[in-house]
Amino acid sequence: MGPLRFLLVKDLQILRRSPLLLVLLALYAIVIGLPVGYAVSRPPTKPKVAFFNEVPASGNSFSLGGKTLDASKYADRLFDAIDPIRVDSRQAALGKVKDGEAVAALIVPKGVTQALQAAVSLSGSSEKPTLEVYYAADNPLKRNYVEDTINAQVAKANQALGRELTKVAAQYIGVLLKGGGFSLLGQRFDVLGLQRSTAILAEVERTLPARGAKRAEVERVRRFAQLAVDNLDLSDAVLSTISNPIAVDVNTVDGQTSSLDGYAVAAAVTIALMFVGLLVAAGMLALEREEHAFGRLVRGLVGRTALVAEKILLGAIVAAVIAVLLVLLLALFQPVDFGRAPEWLPALVVGALGFGAMGVAIGALTRDVRASSLLAFLLSLPVAALALVPSGSISKTAYDAVQAVGALFPFKPTLQALDAGLNGAGPALGTSLLHLTILIVGYGLLARLGLRRFGART
Amino acid sequence: MPPLRMRRAAVGSLPMVSTGLLAADGIVMRFGRRTALRGVSFSAEPGEIVAVIGPNGAGKTTLLSILAGLQTPTEGRVSHGVREVGWVPQQAAVYRKLSVAENLRLFARLERVDDVDATVMRMLAQTGLADRAGDELGALSGGNQQRVNIAIGLLAGPPVLLLDEPSSSLDPRQREVLWAFVSGLARESATTVVFTTHNVGEAERYADRVLVLADGELLFGGTPAELQAAVAGDGADRDFESAFVRFLHERGH
Ligand SMILES: Nc1ncnc2c1ncn2[C@@H]1O[C@H](COP(=O)(O)OP(=O)(O)O)[C@@H](O)[C@H]1O
Ligand SMILES: [Mg+2]
Repeated sequence: MGPLRFLLVKDLQILRRSPLLLVLLALYAIVIGLPVGYAVSRPPTKPKVAFFNEVPASGNSFSLGGKTLDASKYADRLFDAIDPIRVDSRQAALGKVKDGEAVAALIVPKGVTQALQAAVSLSGSSEKPTLEVYYAADNPLKRNYVEDTINAQVAKANQALGRELTKVAAQYIGVLLKGGGFSLLGQRFDVLGLQRSTAILAEVERTLPARGAKRAEVERVRRFAQLAVDNLDLSDAVLSTISNPIAVDVNTVDGQTSSLDGYAVAAAVTIALMFVGLLVAAGMLALEREEHAFGRLVRGLVGRTALVAEKILLGAIVAAVIAVLLVLLLALFQPVDFGRAPEWLPALVVGALGFGAMGVAIGALTRDVRASSLLAFLLSLPVAALALVPSGSISKTAYDAVQAVGALFPFKPTLQALDAGLNGAGPALGTSLLHLTILIVGYGLLARLGLRRFGART
Repeated sequence: MPPLRMRRAAVGSLPMVSTGLLAADGIVMRFGRRTALRGVSFSAEPGEIVAVIGPNGAGKTTLLSILAGLQTPTEGRVSHGVREVGWVPQQAAVYRKLSVAENLRLFARLERVDDVDATVMRMLAQTGLADRAGDELGALSGGNQQRVNIAIGLLAGPPVLLLDEPSSSLDPRQREVLWAFVSGLARESATTVVFTTHNVGEAERYADRVLVLADGELLFGGTPAELQAAVAGDGADRDFESAFVRFLHERGH
């Protein structure tokens, strides 16, 4: 512990004497972390959505104004904006969401056609036809996007159905007004029409005695009919206000989801941890080589393993301090639950150690600070990008590959741990911390091996 | 490594324990297919100053870093433990962002010397840098950085001091100071000094003994005068440097 402490103090001293570097590093981490955190991956267009239609093909139609319409035609409108994965059970649809292949599941429940029929026959039915949507809980950014998309598409389908309804209602009213034939339940009816009724009533009225009680009554009926004729012309406008015949019922698969802002805090802090942890650990290990001190140290003064541990710790300390500053800064703009600090602080610290370990592995591969910083920098962007790829935006195999590769870097588990710690969302905190611990050991070993290989020459 | 032990037993002539006595036995060093040292053996007495000379790439730095315990030889062994040898690498191994005193203090602590402060004061006095103690290393001249570099090698008071090209970054006046200092060490504290140089004149002037290394092979070990004498016949009036070049030439280098 002695030599490790001396080296740690020495490195902090060196860093303190490079205030410009430190300030730039902190600013950079924050300046990059904030916008990326808030804007990470507006997900790509046409998200994959698992689609299950419970209505049998034969039961898909409903009649409207004597015409038979296909409900699936309206469902199809949704697919303009999403990429459907058609499945044949509710279970399968939810499964696709759980395993990340689809961003959401859209389920058309069995009773929807009847409900639609009831809604359009103007019979005053209470039950609205309802679609069910299930979102994955893992990424609120993604969820937000898909929610918007589905809502927009349902609104479009509603509009189209509404137009259809209006047209049919207008036809009925036209028949009421002008008279003519229409069919209902297979029977043809011939309707007189209000306009012709008024004319007939006027005829009848004229044949009746001018002051008779009968004539006065017929006149009242004619006036009423005339009033109806005059005013039913406005019915088109009235009918078009019939809106949203279809409703959407939103659900979440797999536990809770953090709010968008809570997630953004986690993402911003992770990005800051990454930049600072990687750059400081990699740079300060490479500095030992650049200053030719490495050979001196490993000649019995400090073990290579202790040196690796010291640099991991150093990167983690600096990264954690800057990340905590960032959390405090963010707390000015939005609620951060400080009561949950016992959960997010360990997440932050273990995440910092994860990036420190990865940084040390980078530093062990390089001989000077410049090369190590460049490498750390080049690696950090794709590592972050990998972790933020939303499920369902690419094929299942590609997504699995991205997940597998992403699991090799500390970004994703840190993000998940912070999201769990800050927002109580996503997978359990313990799982992510365990994942990070494995990565810390792994990268530490890698660094240790790297030092063995390249350590001989100072 | 039993084979090495047997080798050593077979050679058998090198006493391996005795302060200030440095011995290397059958050192072979291979880097992949390239052989940097081909069975180098030598020893040095307490207070003796030994110069290792030879062309570039001869294996001088490799030999010293093996003696320093920085690299493990492919074959052969050295007499001393790492902690008994002070090491002064060619490029100053110091932290440029730390002051002279901070560098000394850090390494004194890492060396676990008994009285850190006293040791630092002593080294500052010995190197004549007491008035620069608070200055950042990066702000010092190359010569002064080299002084600190050497001082760090001496912190633990090792019986053996190894210096790799210690004078290469120094101007003539600084060299004088350096060699006066090193000679004093050998004389007064019987420190065994081994240094490499490609300034042959320096070897002649300051070394009790020179080792000539070429292409990983130890071609000669003896006093500078013996090296001059070893050069064939007509060479009596030659200076040491041309005798050395001639020597290498005769041996096919
Ligand atoms: N770590 C190493 N890996 C590969 N080759 C090396 C290594 N260290 C030294 N060498 C090779 O060994 C030879 C001797 O090098 P060195 O001891 O530095 O020579 P000198 O100090 O005499 O100039 C050179 O050919 C050099 O390239
Ligand atoms: Mg050399």
